Amino acid sequence: MNFETIIGLEVHVELKTKSKIFSPSPNAFGAAPNENTNPIDLGYPGVLPVLNKEAVNFAMKAAMALNCEIATHTKFDRKNYFYPDNPKAYQISQFDQPIGENGWIEIEVDGYTKKIGITRIHMEEDAGKLSHTGDGYSLVDYNRQGTPLIEIVSEPDLRTPAEAYAYLEKIRNIIQYTGVSDVKMEEGSLRCDANISLRPIGQEKFGTKAELKNLNSFTFVQKGLEFEEKRQQKVLLAGGEILQETRRYDESTKETILMRIKEGSDDYRYFPEPDLVPLYIDDAWKERVRASIPELPDARKARYVNELGLPAYDAMVLTLSVEMSDFFEATLKADADPKAASNWLMGEVSAYLNKQQKDLSDTALTPEGLAKMITLIEDGTLSSKLAKKVFAELIENGGDPEQIVKDKGLVQISDEGQLTEIISSILDQNEQSVVDFKNGKDRALGFLVGQVMKQTKGQANPPMVNKILIAEMNKR
Amino acid sequence: MSEITKEQVLHVAHLARLAITDEEAEKMTKELDAIIGYAELLNELDTDNVEPTTHVLDLKNVMREDEARKWIDREDALKNAPDQKNGQFRVPSILD
Repeated sequence: MNFETIIGLEVHVELKTKSKIFSPSPNAFGAAPNENTNPIDLGYPGVLPVLNKEAVNFAMKAAMALNCEIATHTKFDRKNYFYPDNPKAYQISQFDQPIGENGWIEIEVDGYTKKIGITRIHMEEDAGKLSHTGDGYSLVDYNRQGTPLIEIVSEPDLRTPAEAYAYLEKIRNIIQYTGVSDVKMEEGSLRCDANISLRPIGQEKFGTKAELKNLNSFTFVQKGLEFEEKRQQKVLLAGGEILQETRRYDESTKETILMRIKEGSDDYRYFPEPDLVPLYIDDAWKERVRASIPELPDARKARYVNELGLPAYDAMVLTLSVEMSDFFEATLKADADPKAASNWLMGEVSAYLNKQQKDLSDTALTPEGLAKMITLIEDGTLSSKLAKKVFAELIENGGDPEQIVKDKGLVQISDEGQLTEIISSILDQNEQSVVDFKNGKDRALGFLVGQVMKQTKGQANPPMVNKILIAEMNKR
Repeated sequence: MSEITKEQVLHVAHLARLAITDEEAEKMTKELDAIIGYAELLNELDTDNVEPTTHVLDLKNVMREDEARKWIDREDALKNAPDQKNGQFRVPSILD
C-alpha cells in the first residue's frame, strides 16, 4: 500500500517589542534569571494585565505579511492549565477570534511552487523557562513569561518533510523582513511543533496524527518528520494502529521518542479573559499598519531580476536575509554595478561570513566601501587579485578603499613605459627563457609573467604584461 | 434540564487539582446541578438579535504604550518563593 503524508506546522514567533505583552517588564533575551519580572508576570493576586499596543501592531504586521485577513472584533481568552512555567495557572491567548485568519504563503521546493494555507494567527503570552536539574527539582526563570508571541497555524497542506522545511524558511524570511521578530531558532524566538499523519493514497479521511516536539532547528524538523514518516508507515504496513501521541525528537539517536499518549482532546476550558476588554481594529488602524510593511522578499526578488537584470539565483541568495538584501541595495545607492555587487556579496563576503560565523553587521564592511572598491576595479586602478587584499582590509578594519590602495601600495601598474623597463631587465636576466619561448615552449612565457609579477609584488596589470612581454621578445 | 454527573465533578476537580472526598463529590454534584439549572433559566430569553457579550464593561481598546520599566528587583521577585536556587524558583520537577 502506498501512503500520502500530511503535515501541518504550528510556529511560535516571539515579537521584539520593548516591553512584555501585558506588563511593562523589559522584553529582552539573555538577562540574568528572573531579572525582568514583576508582580504581573509572577501572577500575584490583584494585578491587572494591560495590553501593549505595539504587540498588537506587530502581530497584525506579521499576519498581513502572511496574507491573512485581519479581525475587526477580537479579544483574549484564558487557557487554563497547571504547569510551573506559568505562575498564573492560565495563559492569556486567543481562542475563537484570532487576530488573523485565512492566510497563505508560496513555497518553492525542488523546482516546483506550491501555495500553503495558514489557518490562523493568534496572539498570546509566552511562558517561563524550566530547566530540569535531574535531582527531582526544576528551576524556573520567568524572564520569558509575558513575552508577546504569535502562533502561526498552517493548514495540513504540506506533503513532504522537505516542504515543511521550505515553509519554515519562508515564514522566517517574511517575518524577518517585517522586523517584528529576530526569528532565531537558537534563541527560541522562533519555535516549531509538527503534526504528521499518513493515509492510503486516494483516501480522503486523515489518519491519526502524532505531534512532534523539541524540534530545535529547521534540519531537526525535517529529520524528525522523515523518521516519523517511516515509523508510521512501518506500523501501518504491519497492520498496526497509530495512536494520537506526542513524540520528542532525539538529536543523538535521530529518532522520535514517545512522550505521552493523548487521551481525548486537551481540556483547557477556554473562556473570555475578564481582565482585558475587547479589541476593535478599525480600517484606519489596519491601513496604518499595512503602510508600515516594507517590500517583502518575493517582491524584491522579482525586482532584482526584472529591473536590475540579475540572474534568478543571485536574486534568491541576496534576499535570503533582510540584512544582506538591505546591504546590497545600499551598495547600489553608492553607485556600484548590480552584478559586480552581487558577485562580491555572494562570493567573498558570504565566504567570509560563513568562515567567521558572523553577521554582516559584525564586520567593518560598509556598502560605500564595497561600492568604491568595485569602482576602483572597474577603472583599472585595482586588479581583481589586489582587490582581494583591499577587501580583506575593508571587512576586518573598514576604511576608505582608495586610502588602503595607497597605504598598502596596491595600485596596479598600467604605465606602459614603466612596465617595459621592468620587463626588459627581466628578459636580460633570463635569456634562456627567451630562447625557449622562441623555440615554441609556451611554458617559458608563464615563467616570465611570474617573474614580472614577483618583482612588482603582483601590482603589474596582467594583460599588459602579456602583451609587452611578447612584443619585447619578438624584438630580440 | 441539566444533568451534572459525578464523573464530571471528579474530572473538573482533577483539572483544578482539588482533592475531594467521595462524599464531597456527591454533595457537589447535587449543588452544581442546581446552580447550572438555575443559570439555564437564561435560555428562556430570546437573544437572537443580541450581540454576544464577552465583557461586562462597555469599554474597548484599553492599551498602553510600549515602554519598558523595571518594577522590582530579583530579590523581591524571589522573596515569596518557597524554595529557590541560583536566582531561580525551585519547584518539584514535573515530567510530561
